[in-house]
Amino acid sequence: MQTRTWITAWLLLLPAMALLALFTHYPAIANLFHSFYSTPKGARPVVFIGLDNYRNLVEDPIFWQALRNNLIYAVGTIPLSIALALLMAVWVNGRIAGKGFLRLAYFTPTILPMIAVANIWLFFYTPEYGLIEQVSRSLGFPSHNWLGSQSTALLCVMIVAVWKEAGFFMIFYLAALQSMSPSLAEAAAIEGASRWYYFRRVTFPLLMPVTLFVLVNAVINAFRVVDHIVVMTRGGPDNATELLLYYIYEIGFRFWDSAYAAALTMVLLVLLGLAALAQFAFLERRTHYR
Amino acid sequence: MSTTATLLRGPRGGVLALETIGAWLLALLWILPLVYAFWTAFHPSEFSTRFVLSAPWTLDNFVKAWHAAPFARYFVNTVALVTMILAAQLVLVTLAAYAFARFDFPGRGVLFALVLVQLMVMPDVLIVENYRTMTFLGLKDTLLAIGLPYMASAFGIFLLRQTFKTVPHELDEAARVEGCGPLATLWKVYVPLARPTYIAYALVSISYHWNNFLWPLIITNSPESRPVTVGLQVFSATDQGIDWSIITAATLLSVAPLLVAFLLFQRQFVQSFMRAGIR
Repeated sequence: MQTRTWITAWLLLLPAMALLALFTHYPAIANLFHSFYSTPKGARPVVFIGLDNYRNLVEDPIFWQALRNNLIYAVGTIPLSIALALLMAVWVNGRIAGKGFLRLAYFTPTILPMIAVANIWLFFYTPEYGLIEQVSRSLGFPSHNWLGSQSTALLCVMIVAVWKEAGFFMIFYLAALQSMSPSLAEAAAIEGASRWYYFRRVTFPLLMPVTLFVLVNAVINAFRVVDHIVVMTRGGPDNATELLLYYIYEIGFRFWDSAYAAALTMVLLVLLGLAALAQFAFLERRTHYR
Repeated sequence: MSTTATLLRGPRGGVLALETIGAWLLALLWILPLVYAFWTAFHPSEFSTRFVLSAPWTLDNFVKAWHAAPFARYFVNTVALVTMILAAQLVLVTLAAYAFARFDFPGRGVLFALVLVQLMVMPDVLIVENYRTMTFLGLKDTLLAIGLPYMASAFGIFLLRQTFKTVPHELDEAARVEGCGPLATLWKVYVPLARPTYIAYALVSISYHWNNFLWPLIITNSPESRPVTVGLQVFSATDQGIDWSIITAATLLSVAPLLVAFLLFQRQFVQSFMRAGIR
């Protein structure tokens, strides 16, 4: 009888596990394996080259730049989008006029494809004709090629990322705020607490699990979403907006060096693995509440 | 909810007014790109950067965009792709979530951990190896190749497992007493009770895959299999002789179905994303 239950459970899991194994577990392992081999080129067969791909990687300045850019990108976008998300959620949950419209406006970027909105932003940044140029010119500032200059290109794509993500994260905060017991606010009111004090000492600590959840998601997204790079800069100018996954895409599918791309992917997997460990540590702690 | 705000000291009139202005400014900033896109797409190209109220309205840009690239085909592809992925996901995710929620079997912990791996290592980053696999399977440049890596969704399994766990055991046992096997119980008890979760998951899945770009870009190379996101990029990247108004019109075209659905069922969308977020 018990064995029959086991078999039923395994059969229920079989289709999903098979696909997961084929397209998640196998590629992760195969990727490690292939990173120790050379890329087949024409008649040259694949040979085992040990750590050569990794040696190339350590000596590749573009890789280091992509990694550095990606870290700047993460550090620059994540705290800002989380802070904005929290602010939006508090506003939309409060008693501000036109809440329906505000929520709609904040959330809309979430459901639009990154590729499409990047097209629109591209035009914002366009030299001469773009909206930003027009505004800055009418204010008397000199002309500036926002996406074309190394000093501002990364900043430009970061702004797009913040704009796209803040409303998405707002939803999680809003859900948590709405499920918060009103008796807390009543108690605080009796104590005569100010709104800012209440937010700092009650709301924000209670939102901590949401913040951590959003944080992990934001970290993953910072390494996973490069659609806007494809549209807006293609990693340029002079690698100023090269992000890790975009570099993998370039190496793997424009230069067709799949072995080197595999080594680069390993770096990305390690970074995501670290994020996973952080989340598991956090889940462990959260189980105390359940 | 408004009672809690009024209970607390503040916001006083002045502060509230300031916050209202701030909230509205931020909202306007947030929809500015869309408003701008609408302006450009519905006006002749000489007005794409000139904002005068007397500018004539036109649908020309949409007509030109529609004829400049096989958008009809792209839409058919995207709809077929999204439907295929969602249908497969619903079946696979339901079966797996049921096993994890209500069965006790050796290896459950390990297998569940293996599922959770996909929450971090998404197919989006395994492009090099998955491309190799698709080449090996002879599936390159097909809709199936775009969809396959996403069909077993860890997120869906996790979400649905949480819901199934809240179903009272008594209902489950009652169905068994009636003579229902595991699959019949799943179908008659669990699936109907999880309806809101299914709707939430479906909306999240549809918007994710309608918008997905990098993997479809890599694995397709013909109009016959390109979804609309890739089609849009191919169209706007060949920039000789195509003006901004037409590109913007194409951009709006490609987001229109999702945007219209969102505006119509706004509350449902937001509720669904919220539900999907509370795990």
